[in-house]
Amino acid sequence: MTRDRRLSWINGLLLPLFNVLTAFIATGIVFLFIGVDPIEATKILIYGALGYDEGLGYTLYYATNFVFTGLAVAVAFHAGLFNIGGEGQAYVGGLGTALVALYMNPALSAWIVIPLAISGGLLFGALWAIIPAYLQAYRGSHIVITTIMFNFIASSLMVYVLVNVLREVGEMSPESGDFIEASWIPFVHDVLANFGYEVTRSPLNMSIFVALFFSAVVWFFLWHTRWGFAIRAAGKSNEAAIYSGINPKKIIVVTMCISGALAGLVGINELMGVQHRLFLNFNYGYGFGGIAVALMGRNHPVGILIAAFLFGILYQGGAELDFELQNVSRDIVVVMQGLVILFCGGLEYLYRPVLIRYLAPVEASE
Amino acid sequence: MKNTKHSHFGGFIKKTGLAIIATTIALSASIAQADIKPAVVYDTAGKNDKSFNEAVFNGIMRFANDTGIAVTELEPTNEAMMEQSLKKFAQRGYSPVVAVGFTMANAVAAAAAEYPDTQFTIIDGVVDAPNVQNVVFKEQEGSFLVGIMAAMASSTGTVGFVGGMDIPLISRFECGYKQGVAHQDSSMTVLAQMTGSTPAAWGNPTKGGEITRSQVENGADVVYAAAGGTGMGVYQTAADMGVLAIGVDSNQNYIQPGTMLTSMYKKVGLAAYESFEAAMNGTWEAGFKVNGVAEDGVGAAMDEYNADLVSAEMLAAVETARAGIIDGSIVVHDYMSDNTCPL
Repeated sequence: MTRDRRLSWINGLLLPLFNVLTAFIATGIVFLFIGVDPIEATKILIYGALGYDEGLGYTLYYATNFVFTGLAVAVAFHAGLFNIGGEGQAYVGGLGTALVALYMNPALSAWIVIPLAISGGLLFGALWAIIPAYLQAYRGSHIVITTIMFNFIASSLMVYVLVNVLREVGEMSPESGDFIEASWIPFVHDVLANFGYEVTRSPLNMSIFVALFFSAVVWFFLWHTRWGFAIRAAGKSNEAAIYSGINPKKIIVVTMCISGALAGLVGINELMGVQHRLFLNFNYGYGFGGIAVALMGRNHPVGILIAAFLFGILYQGGAELDFELQNVSRDIVVVMQGLVILFCGGLEYLYRPVLIRYLAPVEASE
Repeated sequence: MKNTKHSHFGGFIKKTGLAIIATTIALSASIAQADIKPAVVYDTAGKNDKSFNEAVFNGIMRFANDTGIAVTELEPTNEAMMEQSLKKFAQRGYSPVVAVGFTMANAVAAAAAEYPDTQFTIIDGVVDAPNVQNVVFKEQEGSFLVGIMAAMASSTGTVGFVGGMDIPLISRFECGYKQGVAHQDSSMTVLAQMTGSTPAAWGNPTKGGEITRSQVENGADVVYAAAGGTGMGVYQTAADMGVLAIGVDSNQNYIQPGTMLTSMYKKVGLAAYESFEAAMNGTWEAGFKVNGVAEDGVGAAMDEYNADLVSAEMLAAVETARAGIIDGSIVVHDYMSDNTCPL
């Protein structure tokens, strides 16, 4: 194996693996401090997330959301943009989805309504990203700051819309009425039942295939199209991009629109797939989780799928821990995620020097 | 059945004389009261929110202490988890399962349909199912009473209201309060503001303090907070600026003694307690349990901390209004019935 191949193995596989393991060991130590047997906890976590069909369903359902937001962050990352606004873009994207799913003619076929509702999510997500993108490209306002601020604006907007426009009179909670049935994305357990396989109900729905589809699209787009090349070029070096005739301002706007559109797909899974109505904070945590997923997945769709699956395990397994062990509170799940983010993001290269020294030393070229 | 149990029991006596006493006590207790496995699912704010969920938490802790029955709890972090945990409790034979807050309504409806033998109680929400007990409160009536007190305590002719998150439920508090103030003195001004539009608005005492400061600067000298943890900042600022504050949900008079005029109590903890107790005694019923001033589910809290602030006239006015609401001569408009407030 050439040194380059070995280096890419180290960077792409071993480093993330070591980082995740370190995070788990650190979590284990936290467990010891609160009087929980870490082995027992790991067993519950793994069994809860993967050990039976319902648990696996929940894991994949959470993972679907993280794939969307992870891809969103990754696309922006390739253009050198740090999109912290996934939370808000997912939220407003859900509004786009909901508007289609609420007000389309209920007699229409699902084959028309579902693609339209997905487009609604893509469009609204992109629209929510376009203003920060414009401000960054043409006014120099930093994208990190503006996208964070847009998360808050999104929250306020959604509360306004849900409380004053979409909420049905006399209804206590700020949420819309039910979507038309043609917009419901079928549950996986229902689809499998059609083929004669009985599995337990879970929120897992066919939008996981939408997530896989968009992962493939993002991979193709970034590495096999001109636009993808332009985005990566602008991300690597602005000056070089200008020199080769790429307009970085345009790239910023286009990339952020794509990024926002991808984040806007969270609503497909949450709203069209599971809840069939629009409600407050359905996006909670997925936008920020997407940042960690993209970091851990090295901004590559395959890595993101794996990282999203891991986060799905943490969410579902964590819920299970919370349920099974009374001295574990839900905050432990946040601690676990925080440690994963710390070791995968903040201390990304912690083991790199050691691994390179032993596995790919400079003098051992061939 | 009963005979076999007795003979079994008889065999026991021969073995250990001492164990029998304990067993008999345990047995007689379980004959009088059905064994229940109660569980609570909080809403996403969590049980330590210093307000609504915490009131339920205190209620069930009291139940656990009084009866020795362990109550299992869970704090979900998202919508999917609410339904998941309710179903899981039902599946493992927990009953009654108390769901805290209106955001749980959809999850309770789904779980109740799947587990028709489990008793579900939802606090503050409405689910129409044969195995769901809906505990709702008439917050507008309690707010009306504290509104009367605010109007009487004010010398500037202006009082304030600080809401938490901008949702219909909080507008219901606000609207009831305004009606109470106007009922006492229609020339009064009410300054009303919401803290924010995200759930963070329930836990932002700094912002609560700022809003209070601006209301006081605009002439308010009594401020009512219906804002969860944000209220702490309201009470603190009111105390600092020498004006009166009104607490909410639980009796919060003790928090700033001397400047807390009263608290609009809402007995959510008691509601959870009573639901468990009813299940234990076999008297649990599905349907509605409406808690207004008539049921003493809401009201104005009086204790030693605010005794000096409440005049005899105030007490009399509150008592008259209470009686009026109970006999129907005073009708407090419910904001949520039509999403408008007459004031």
